[in-house]
Amino acid sequence: MQVLFARHQVKVYRFVLRIVGNAAAAEDLISEVFLDVWQQADRFEGRSAVSTWLLAIARFKALSAVRRKGEVALDDETAAAIEDDRDDPEVAVQKKDKGEILRKCLERLSPEHREVIDLVYYHEKSVEEVAEIVHIPENTVKTRMFYARRKLGELLKQAGVERGWP
Amino acid sequence: MIANGKTPEDIEALLPWHAAGTLSRRDAERVETALAADQELARRFALVREELAETIRLNEMLGAPSARAGEKLFAALDAQPPRRSKIAIGARISEFLAGLGPRTLAWSAAVAALAIVLQAGALTSLILLYQRSDLDQASYRSVNYRTASAPASSQAGVHVLIRFAPDASAADITKLLDGYKASVVDGPKPGGLYRLRLPVGKDELARVVGEMQGNRLVGFVAAE
Repeated sequence: MQVLFARHQVKVYRFVLRIVGNAAAAEDLISEVFLDVWQQADRFEGRSAVSTWLLAIARFKALSAVRRKGEVALDDETAAAIEDDRDDPEVAVQKKDKGEILRKCLERLSPEHREVIDLVYYHEKSVEEVAEIVHIPENTVKTRMFYARRKLGELLKQAGVERGWP
Repeated sequence: MIANGKTPEDIEALLPWHAAGTLSRRDAERVETALAADQELARRFALVREELAETIRLNEMLGAPSARAGEKLFAALDAQPPRRSKIAIGARISEFLAGLGPRTLAWSAAVAALAIVLQAGALTSLILLYQRSDLDQASYRSVNYRTASAPASSQAGVHVLIRFAPDASAADITKLLDGYKASVVDGPKPGGLYRLRLPVGKDELARVVGEMQGNRLVGFVAAE
């Protein structure tokens, strides 16, 4: 368990933090996730990667925690609050930092769109694995990713970055 | 439609996964072919790569959990009762079998029987290998010198009767036998039992048998 925890805790923590928006709550939740994994180890069928199983459990727990608190899942306002010491897209444009504009626009995506982008780009999950974690059909994963990227393109355009797509 | 059976839209939809390196080899080859033939697609792929890089950077800015998360987890694990015993697992298997319909149960029994036959076949091969190995060593010794520290007899050691777990593969069993430097000298006997020779003294026998009893690959083991 120590090896499993050491190997996956940071990514699971970041995934959970995106949903709950609070570092202390995210730490509590990842402890619960790994405890669940230890208790349910005999149910792991090995058909998917351990990290996929962990993220599926983490997502369920994080969304349940958010619902328990009567909050909505991380919204635009909360997402922006996580790093609100940084420049907004318009200021970033003035600084000509395209990477920073892109990051700001990523933060402005809806939770659903941000989730699929994080799972694909950061957690390196395949179409099938994202479908398993989010509990949606594989074709929906592809279309959700397409619309997430399209929305990102629109946000970039509003921030003064024209990419020629969409 | 393009030659490989995917529309340009299908290929474009796969770009994020291609950038992340999570496509199957077949799809990755399709995307590579399309990228080589379509400059606009290649330009869009560059945008995807930018998104990927900044998404990683953004996530890394979220930091890491403090030591508190690990401390909380391992304190909770220490407070947990011991894991379920083999008896409890047996009871769960019984519950599972009780829930199966007669047809499913019959198929399951047939599959289990086949598994036992395959395992017996694999073990027979192992026995032949071990016996062949003993023969090879004996012939080697017969034409070569024997050191003073060499065992007086290849038959030294103690014997145990063992039945391996039904799901134990030949590779698992080989590893187990190697771990104990054990050799299969006879079997399978009625009940799927095998006779093993272990190169240990009688004073160590109880400890080794106890250790084997705790191994998930072993269904039954007893000193002979």
